[in-house]
Amino acid sequence: MARIDLIVRRAKLDGRDVDVFVSRGRIVEVAPSAKTLEPGDATVEEAFGLMLLPSMTDAHVHLREPGFEYKEDIESGLRAAAWGGFANIMCMANTRPVNDEGSVTELMLEKARRAWPKGPRLFPIGALTKGLGGEELAPMAELAQAGCVAFSNDGVPVRSTELFRRAMEYASDWDRVVIDHCEDPYLGVGAGVNEGAVSSRLGLPAQPDVAEALQVARDILLAEYLGLPIHLAHISCRKSVELIRFAKGRGVRVTAETAPHYLILTEEYLEAEATEYDTNAKVNPPLRTPDDQQALFDGLADGTIDILATDHAPHAAHEKETEFDVAPCGITGLDTALSVTWGLVAAGRLSRQTFLRAWTTGPCAIFGLPVNTFTPGDPADFFLFDPDEAWTVGPDTLHSKGKNTPLCGAVLKGRVKTHFIQGKKIV
Amino acid sequence: MKWLHKDLLDVSQLSRAEVMAIFETAGRFQELQQRPVKKVPTLKGRSVILFFAEPSTRTKTSFDVAGKRLSADTFSLAKSSSSLTKGETLKDTALTLQAMAPDAIVLRHWCSGAARFLARRVECSVINAGDGRHAHPTQALLDSFTLHQEWGELAGKTILILGDIAHSRVARSNVLLLNMLGARVRLCAPRTLLPPQVRSWPATVYSDLSEAVRGVDAVMCLRLQLERQQDGLLPDLREYARTYGLGPRHVELARPEVKILHPGPMNRGVEISSGLADCADSLILDQVASGVVVRMALLFLYMTRKGE
Ligand SMILES: [Zn+2]
Repeated sequence: MARIDLIVRRAKLDGRDVDVFVSRGRIVEVAPSAKTLEPGDATVEEAFGLMLLPSMTDAHVHLREPGFEYKEDIESGLRAAAWGGFANIMCMANTRPVNDEGSVTELMLEKARRAWPKGPRLFPIGALTKGLGGEELAPMAELAQAGCVAFSNDGVPVRSTELFRRAMEYASDWDRVVIDHCEDPYLGVGAGVNEGAVSSRLGLPAQPDVAEALQVARDILLAEYLGLPIHLAHISCRKSVELIRFAKGRGVRVTAETAPHYLILTEEYLEAEATEYDTNAKVNPPLRTPDDQQALFDGLADGTIDILATDHAPHAAHEKETEFDVAPCGITGLDTALSVTWGLVAAGRLSRQTFLRAWTTGPCAIFGLPVNTFTPGDPADFFLFDPDEAWTVGPDTLHSKGKNTPLCGAVLKGRVKTHFIQGKKIV
Repeated sequence: MKWLHKDLLDVSQLSRAEVMAIFETAGRFQELQQRPVKKVPTLKGRSVILFFAEPSTRTKTSFDVAGKRLSADTFSLAKSSSSLTKGETLKDTALTLQAMAPDAIVLRHWCSGAARFLARRVECSVINAGDGRHAHPTQALLDSFTLHQEWGELAGKTILILGDIAHSRVARSNVLLLNMLGARVRLCAPRTLLPPQVRSWPATVYSDLSEAVRGVDAVMCLRLQLERQQDGLLPDLREYARTYGLGPRHVELARPEVKILHPGPMNRGVEISSGLADCADSLILDQVASGVVVRMALLFLYMTRKGE
């Protein structure tokens, strides 16, 4: 048996008291807690009955470095990830310069290694087109070699279906999945509120759910025709869920994510007296109706929606403290995702299995990332979690530079106490 | 009546009794308009900032006259003439205005929700003089006041709002207020100029003007922004005028003595025929007169409130 270098004692794993044995960054054994232990020269971490969860993977974050470090930088984004329970995060290419050259990818990876050498791990997503301009393909081979794990034009949907088709084909040569931000390029583009009764009353430019669903349908048809996989980002409405369910039934290689904010908020938030026109809830795609929200829960439960991702979009306070029309879209998410979604598990709205699939095995399977299922040989990526610790969301409790969340002031339950990546304590 | 509200953001904040109190106060000020000296010292020493981030000569002048008739000091800041808003955020504008310690700020802004934004950040009263496509409460109050003067009671009357409903804060506030006062509201516009899910509004929706106008007691025309054609919402102005412009043949289908309203400024021959705008049953100039007294009533009630 390998030399044990870490033992985590008396942790609660799915209701059982366990000890976890780790050697050289990998799980050796998860065994029922023994009263006596021969630690040898291993480090012993006493869990005192805290909950043990495998580290999570976030397939959709915006880290803002290079170019917008005042909103977030790689160091602060990874700090939020570490405290948020994430071992792996995938960052989008809409930086300045755009991540459309190997040197930008390398810079990101180098910054991450320096800031957080033991992890969390950063997996850059390369641009699909040069400068996200939607005119020419990005050098995907170079980007893949530099370390990009997927490609996406997130932020600026590709208008040309022809170019999008070619991008999917070219990316497949490098065995990389294309992630699409589904938004019709003409229909209510970029609006931060759902088109419907609420937008009508508030008098705001709005985006209908079909703007998303049209592009979902296009992508599904292309993926089927080409026989290639496609991953659909931040799905927000019932129409999309139904299209994806239909496509999966036909065997199309489509996967999809939704974000925690769509599970806890609807458009009604924007017309409540206290939160009317709250720019912190301006997000793209916009918050939808309670019916859409129910469809997302159903989609998660039956696997139509494969994974959760935060779409972590930090912005500076002064950018959000402005008129609704002017404010940028996005919610900061890395810090709150775990508490919010574990809260849904506690409330019985998500099953524990769905939670684990959506945050761990699901994203890792889609994008080929390391995952811990507490099976011998798995990377020792896990954290100790106090599900009952209450904390108030606010500027002082969020590790991200982005404080832009409609949850500001809310009391959430559940905090990460200690986080190990490859058996090394990172927080 | 003890006035408790700090701000006037939209008519939905008001109760029916409060609307009646506004009308009653406006009615008293109307009598003042007949005197040779039209000024009273009611708000002497109080200051009102008229901050118009979007140009509007009419509404600004109306508030200015209203404030001066009550002896308040009014200060106008327009976006074009002021260094206040050049590249400055609305937050900084709010802080700057607050530092001038006014008793009220009248705000016109091109963004929906801007009045709410300002009201959250300043201590004085904020009167919304139109925010984006959202609300225009003083216009709705003066429209209803005009009809109230004419009829005494709005309950049971049918009022058609005609034109670009989708982009109109005037229509949004009027639908709410007219319903509160017991009137039945009809809306008529091409589908492209109707807000999505307009059917959830307390109004009957028509696309055929001849049908919409049948039996109504008043028609409220809205101003058409001529660039709607470039936005792809209309084929051309000629077709619009022929299909949705209010003309003499429509008036014959309505109740006798049907009242005609328009918030101005009008595109004569587009949303309304020129003859109708000037006819005996047109209340368009009464609206302007009502505007001053309703705004006097509002400044009076909000600036002498004993809230907290
Ligand atoms: Zn996106």
